[in-house]
Amino acid sequence: MIRLEPAGAEALLLVLADEPDAGLPQRIAALAETLRRELGHLLLDLVPGWTTLLLHYDLTRTDHLALAERIEPLLEAWLSVPAVSESGQVHEIPIWYCGEDLTWVAEACGLSIGELVDVHSSAEYRVGAIGFSPGFAYLSGLDPRLALPRRSSPRIRVPAGSLAIAERQTAIYPQASPGGWHLLGLCPWTLFDAHREPPCPFALGDRVRFFAIDEARYRAEGGGEA
Amino acid sequence: MSGLRVIKPGPLSLLQDAGRRGWQHLGVSPAGPMDPLAAAWANRLLGNTGGCAVLEISLGGVELEAEEALWVALTGADMPLSVDGEPRLNWSRFRLEPGQRLQIGYARSGQRSYLALVGGIRAEPVLGSVACQMREGLGGLDGEGVRLAKGDLLAGDRGDFPRGASVPWPWQPDYTSAQLLRVMVGGDAASFDEQQLRAFFENAWLLSPQSDRMGARLAGEALVAPQRQWSQGVVMGAVQVPPDGQPIILTADRQTMGGYPVLGWVHPLDVGRLAQCPANQVLRFTPMKLEDAQDELRAFYRFFGR
Repeated sequence: MIRLEPAGAEALLLVLADEPDAGLPQRIAALAETLRRELGHLLLDLVPGWTTLLLHYDLTRTDHLALAERIEPLLEAWLSVPAVSESGQVHEIPIWYCGEDLTWVAEACGLSIGELVDVHSSAEYRVGAIGFSPGFAYLSGLDPRLALPRRSSPRIRVPAGSLAIAERQTAIYPQASPGGWHLLGLCPWTLFDAHREPPCPFALGDRVRFFAIDEARYRAEGGGEA
Repeated sequence: MSGLRVIKPGPLSLLQDAGRRGWQHLGVSPAGPMDPLAAAWANRLLGNTGGCAVLEISLGGVELEAEEALWVALTGADMPLSVDGEPRLNWSRFRLEPGQRLQIGYARSGQRSYLALVGGIRAEPVLGSVACQMREGLGGLDGEGVRLAKGDLLAGDRGDFPRGASVPWPWQPDYTSAQLLRVMVGGDAASFDEQQLRAFFENAWLLSPQSDRMGARLAGEALVAPQRQWSQGVVMGAVQVPPDGQPIILTADRQTMGGYPVLGWVHPLDVGRLAQCPANQVLRFTPMKLEDAQDELRAFYRFFGR
């Protein structure tokens, strides 16, 4: 069931499951830790995805075939370890629900704006992956009533702190960046700081809850551009 | 230590090294030069290893004044070069005397040139690299991802060479020729309709003016892309096809993960040639074997050092 596929000339993609499940992110993080320890000198970067682990390797020291051979026994050991249901750290995050797409999303989902905010802020989410931009945590657990495909063409610029949804995921854009998700609101906090240790508060498997705040509280908490 | 004072910074001049490695699990983009080959040649001309920090000059319009005597090397886009009005050759190293001004005009062909100093341009690394990532606010001279500004100082070693030198002309790329970029087919290619894959390789594409350091956006007859739901790690040169059917090729400032289906990967050194193309340039693609791409890249790393 596990597949190892080249991803370009200098990376190997481990496809670990067909669908994500609640325990998978922490298990992928554990596998990444093992591979970093065992094969660290061959690897430049390890990027956990929802169901995958991408290994950027040093082509002057190895290639996808040699690496796959080294990884297979480690994967077997990993598969034999039973899944643990650890709790993960809990983050409670303030959101000013004021996003550009709020009205459109509510209509598309057949909800009022109030109902949309209630549905989004009453769920508990799990960090399933971190990527796309520094500190961008993909959160699983979005209510199926809010599931919408990504925009057909991404926006050139989404403001920093934007809370957004797409498919069955929700996330906050920590920096201004291009983005293809639907914007629901703004978070006043800085979610990535290269000079902080660790730079990002989230780890795979952490739990996240949102609570609604108004514009005054958003400004008071340090929120910027809106 | 010697230095160059910035008189005119140009529209987009950025410090770049081999890139920010080891932080992609937190979503930090590797950044690095858009044209790794031209950047590596600039370092090579001064005896630097391939990943030393250089200045990536987009479009041109830069003027620098030497504070002390020092050697510099320039490669990449064909920008008219002169020292106090005297012409100098591109793809070459030469010496500047104290007070001399190096003028870098606007590109006649190509988009990006690379300026190297001996030992690499000095700056404090952020997360292990000085590569300037403006979107993320990381790297550059001040560490906060800011482009070059008037009054900045580019500091490096003085250097000592018996004479100037140029990259042998057969190795100097011609950025005016039509661009055929090589693509390793893979990723989600099997989920694409065969006819759609064929269309990608048979059709001509235009480089959209909306392209930037993150990705080259193509414009052409829309492809029909399969759906993919779960975001995963992506690499330099990945050819993503969003639902609007206009492919995006990921370049130096790419994100670490993406959810759009990928039909393959442009050869990393061909991504450099793509980075030298002006907006609305016609691009075509041809399939390439993974093993051939690896052989060529290994030779590149062996020659220039990592």
